[in-house]
Amino acid sequence: MATLPIARPRRARAQPGPRPRTLVSSSQLNLPRGKIIYRIVLTLVVVIFTLVFIGPLYFLFSDGLKSTTEAVQVPPTLIPAHLHPSTYVSAWNRVGLGRLLFNTLYYAFGALFFQLIFDVTAAYSLSKLRPAGGKLIFALMLATLMIPSTVLLVPQYITVANLPILHLNLIGSPAAIWLPSVANAFNIFLLKRFFDSVPQELLHAAAIDGASPLRTLRSVVLPISRPILAVVSIFALVAVWKDFLWPLLVEYGYNPSRETLNVGIFEAANTTPQNLVLAASAMAAVPTVIFFLVFQRNILSGLTAGSLKG
Amino acid sequence: MVAIARKADPDPGPHLARSRAAASLGRKARRNVSAHGFLIGAVLCFLFFSWYPMCREVIMSFQKTQLGVTSWAGWANYIRIFHDPTFWVAWRNTLEFTVLALIVGYAVPFFVAILLNELRHAKGYLRCLVYLPVMLPPTSALLLFAYFYDPSYGLFNDILHTLHLPTSQWVQSPGTTIPSMAMISVVIAATWMNMGGATLIYLAALQNIPGELYEAAELDGAGLVKKIRHITIPQTRLILSMLLMLQIVATMQMFVEAFILTNGGAGVNDNTLSVVNLIYTYAFALSGASNYDSASALGVVLMLVLAVFSGTYLWLTRDRDHG
Repeated sequence: MATLPIARPRRARAQPGPRPRTLVSSSQLNLPRGKIIYRIVLTLVVVIFTLVFIGPLYFLFSDGLKSTTEAVQVPPTLIPAHLHPSTYVSAWNRVGLGRLLFNTLYYAFGALFFQLIFDVTAAYSLSKLRPAGGKLIFALMLATLMIPSTVLLVPQYITVANLPILHLNLIGSPAAIWLPSVANAFNIFLLKRFFDSVPQELLHAAAIDGASPLRTLRSVVLPISRPILAVVSIFALVAVWKDFLWPLLVEYGYNPSRETLNVGIFEAANTTPQNLVLAASAMAAVPTVIFFLVFQRNILSGLTAGSLKG
Repeated sequence: MVAIARKADPDPGPHLARSRAAASLGRKARRNVSAHGFLIGAVLCFLFFSWYPMCREVIMSFQKTQLGVTSWAGWANYIRIFHDPTFWVAWRNTLEFTVLALIVGYAVPFFVAILLNELRHAKGYLRCLVYLPVMLPPTSALLLFAYFYDPSYGLFNDILHTLHLPTSQWVQSPGTTIPSMAMISVVIAATWMNMGGATLIYLAALQNIPGELYEAAELDGAGLVKKIRHITIPQTRLILSMLLMLQIVATMQMFVEAFILTNGGAGVNDNTLSVVNLIYTYAFALSGASNYDSASALGVVLMLVLAVFSGTYLWLTRDRDHG
């Protein structure tokens, strides 16, 4: 199997020192004309990017404050004429956001839990314990990266509805989201590559002290693997948080009360006034925005590895 | 213990050597058991939710199930979907989306990354801005765009109206010509949502270009455009082609964008119906009889097409490893 083609996550902070040379040289920028042009371009970029990326979010949050008639008024108002914070309250109740939020968190953290247990141990085994046939198993895991899960929608659904041999029906149970999320070759790949870089001498030292493999994993390997565990955890949570089609099928399709935020708001959108839909969407976005701002550095640094998932 | 015994006896007899071999075999076996024990959870999950469904999909595409009885159907499922006019519509739309998404969603992040790489200020802020939409729940982002796109009270038509430009029906446009306005609207929303990832990957690639190359080009009197053409693009060619493959694979699976924007995904006159959406429709949305057979056959077709691109991607990256 080809080694996976993914740039190693780079350090979050650039080293201090001279700026690396880019397209336009610093000396060119230091000329009076260069300075003026640079200032203009910088201002334009900041203004345009703010408009393009924050502008829509402004409407997302402010239109939830409008009354139902004002939200569909022509022409749309930039600033709500009358503030109706109560829209948020009624959106919360009408869409049942509390329940949706609880469901989504339950699915997301459950998936994180199972991925941390099974994927970490599997990657550790493949990297350090090297069982017979481990290379083949790893290759078969990586091969699943070539087949995106949406393609397997139908057989996956049928399998989850009736697990072979065990004859269990997982539809409607949180396990229908948790367990398939473990089959994540990318996370195993990231973890294995990190464990590969843990010096073998450390493990030998632990073994001489009589530590079992589990003990070695817990007391030696995991404490130095925090950065990669953070990256993998973030991917795990975000993937469940953003997923739409799979929870639509296995949870909502079973019982609407088990739907996730994405599905719940989508299903409510048809029968709910526009301002309530926007207020609900805004509230659904808040946890992810906060999550992003808090873990920004981990997310952006893990990204060069992460978003190549495709 | 074993190590000490070995040191104590520098010249072991044949008997001792044999027993040591047996002990090391036992140790190996024990290690293997524990190693497989660590693997088993993940392997079972892969088995049930990835490897088995993959085989099952191929098998099911050659089977038919009628009244609960499953029998072999040969190529019947494939012949049936090839004769379904919607099959071709869905493929045409998916290719249309892929090409449009590449024109916009592939080139724009590259030039945005070049621009960001030149700026000496507000770097962190701009990076966060570009990536913020990627973190939003897709429903929130897409319902917001559906609101902007609304032909009567939407923001976009209001802006066009203020500028005295002709307004549009956006995603609700009925046209099926290529490119259709409806699909362009889906692409705009999808690009806004997803361009952050590609932009930051390009940015990382740009920072790996050795600065001396630019200096040398300047000595030769190269201008900005020439430097981009002869240095920036060739130097990032590998990451450009890798992302191209990945984007093709990702965009060909388009589902949620059209599904939420057009409330079901088909659009007007099926003009935003994608292949994944057709799989979904075959399997789950047809009134009453769910048709897993056709859905599996279509799934296999999509799998083969995507495998070509995934394979190219792997080949490209293998190339890099071997110099």
